[in-house]
Amino acid sequence: MAPEENDALVFTDLTLGYNSHPAVHHLSGRLKKGSLTAIIGANGSGKSTLMKAMIGMLRPMSGSVTRAPDQTIAYLAQQTELDRHFPARVVDLVSLGLWNTRGLLGRHRREDKARVQKAIDTVGLSGFEHRVLDTLSGGQLQRALFARVLVQDAQLILLDEPFNAIDTRTLTDLIVLIGKWHREGRTIAVVVHDHELVRAHFPQSLLLARELIAWGDTAEVLSAGNLDRASHFRETWDESAPWCDLDVAGLPDLDGQDAERHRA
Amino acid sequence: MIDAIYGFAIAPFVEFTFMQRALAGALMLSISASPVGVFLMLRRMSLTGDAMSHAILPGVAVGFLLFGLDLVPMTVGGLIAGLIVAFGAGAISRLTSQREDASLAAFHLISLALGVLIVSMRGSSIDLMHVLFGSVLGLTDEAITVIAVIVVTSLVAMSTFWRALVAECLDPLFLRSVSRLGPAVHFLFLGVVVLNLVGGFLALGTLLSVGLMMLPAAAARFWTSRVETMALTAIAIAAASSISGLLLSYHAALPAGPAIVLSAGAVYVVSLAFGTTGILNSHTTKGQHRTA
Repeated sequence: MAPEENDALVFTDLTLGYNSHPAVHHLSGRLKKGSLTAIIGANGSGKSTLMKAMIGMLRPMSGSVTRAPDQTIAYLAQQTELDRHFPARVVDLVSLGLWNTRGLLGRHRREDKARVQKAIDTVGLSGFEHRVLDTLSGGQLQRALFARVLVQDAQLILLDEPFNAIDTRTLTDLIVLIGKWHREGRTIAVVVHDHELVRAHFPQSLLLARELIAWGDTAEVLSAGNLDRASHFRETWDESAPWCDLDVAGLPDLDGQDAERHRA
Repeated sequence: MIDAIYGFAIAPFVEFTFMQRALAGALMLSISASPVGVFLMLRRMSLTGDAMSHAILPGVAVGFLLFGLDLVPMTVGGLIAGLIVAFGAGAISRLTSQREDASLAAFHLISLALGVLIVSMRGSSIDLMHVLFGSVLGLTDEAITVIAVIVVTSLVAMSTFWRALVAECLDPLFLRSVSRLGPAVHFLFLGVVVLNLVGGFLALGTLLSVGLMMLPAAAARFWTSRVETMALTAIAIAAASSISGLLLSYHAALPAGPAIVLSAGAVYVVSLAFGTTGILNSHTTKGQHRTA
């Protein structure tokens, strides 16, 4: 499936995984431009794996992810992926976001520095510009990372568990920021665990349990039936599982080699 | 007084060409190797430099076996052996479940034994000492030229990819999301490490070349909390250690390589004790605090 005019990302029979075991199995669907989607599911249900495939970091075992050309990416990994002991200040971290416009070699100009400062002010970290990263609280670090997303100024914003271990005041501020991005017409997908938060702030939801359980309006996705189905998935890898029954007709992305590695 | 200082610190470098060459070689290496050491340290690969310095030995030894104590074949051999080990260890960690440190440990032990074996097949133990510990006071013009080429290459690579190196250390997934440079930068960096170790081998030998790389970096960590200033501080410490080591060697008739590395070691110990994040400062201010 090629992206149509309103599609930011298109998943076509996407299977992702590690060592021939699928973490996300036969996912198909379209992420609409300008949508605000919560990606939900238990630990091990494939949420982070799906995010990594969205940014092109993880190669699909089969199927494909296609991104519309105008959808530039800003991706925020889980905080644990960051080396907090690296000697850098808040302003250095936020300036990394300039990569989207200046790349590896482009000089950071005066207007870039102003943009970085404005982002730091927007997330409420004025005065923290020269603080070293390992002196920040979890919430302050998350604000700084959101400032970096602001600087990246991307059309497609992907946030992996941005609300872990932060206080309610920071949470409120970050939700406001996400709402602002939504109103600006950006496409946003966020991995979230708290269902109340999803119901209150995310119009769309994608429920995963190593396969797609439901995707659509949040009220329908978070029905009791769907949540019950999602809670009964197998988290362990079954070494004796039979090879996945493949229906490869009409899927040009699948070659024979991929098909063999593909397991149910 | 001024005469005394001149006589002690300046005259040796003015009067003797071998001291000038030694100074030029050591200062050039200080400028390029110590920022590399800073990144090795920040990537928690401090001992990788050590392992890699052993890895270049068999290449140097093969050059020595075939051409004797001739600089160019030994340098080229060391470069090839170092690159094979660096890229081999990196590739193994990506192709199998073995981590890079484990495969590197295996490679460098094999390399070290192989290197010593090859050198001893031909040379005397004096030759072996020369290869292992270098001869900064015996640097030829040819050696200075080779070091200069290595230093320029390394500096160009480091400054071109600086932003990617920082991002790769600080937030590797961010780099993966904005650029395809991530894995390439890792291998490029390993290549720069090998390059600097080979340059260092010419002056300090395979075993000590890593000293000028890691000790100033480890010392600089105690003084600053920004990577840019850390790299500059490390360069300054390495340069000061080079000068002090050469002077010590000249006046006290000590071997120059160890004198340089020990000078850097002394700066490390002082930094550990008195640096802004050293032992004294992080423990004596306990209890004193400002109002919230």
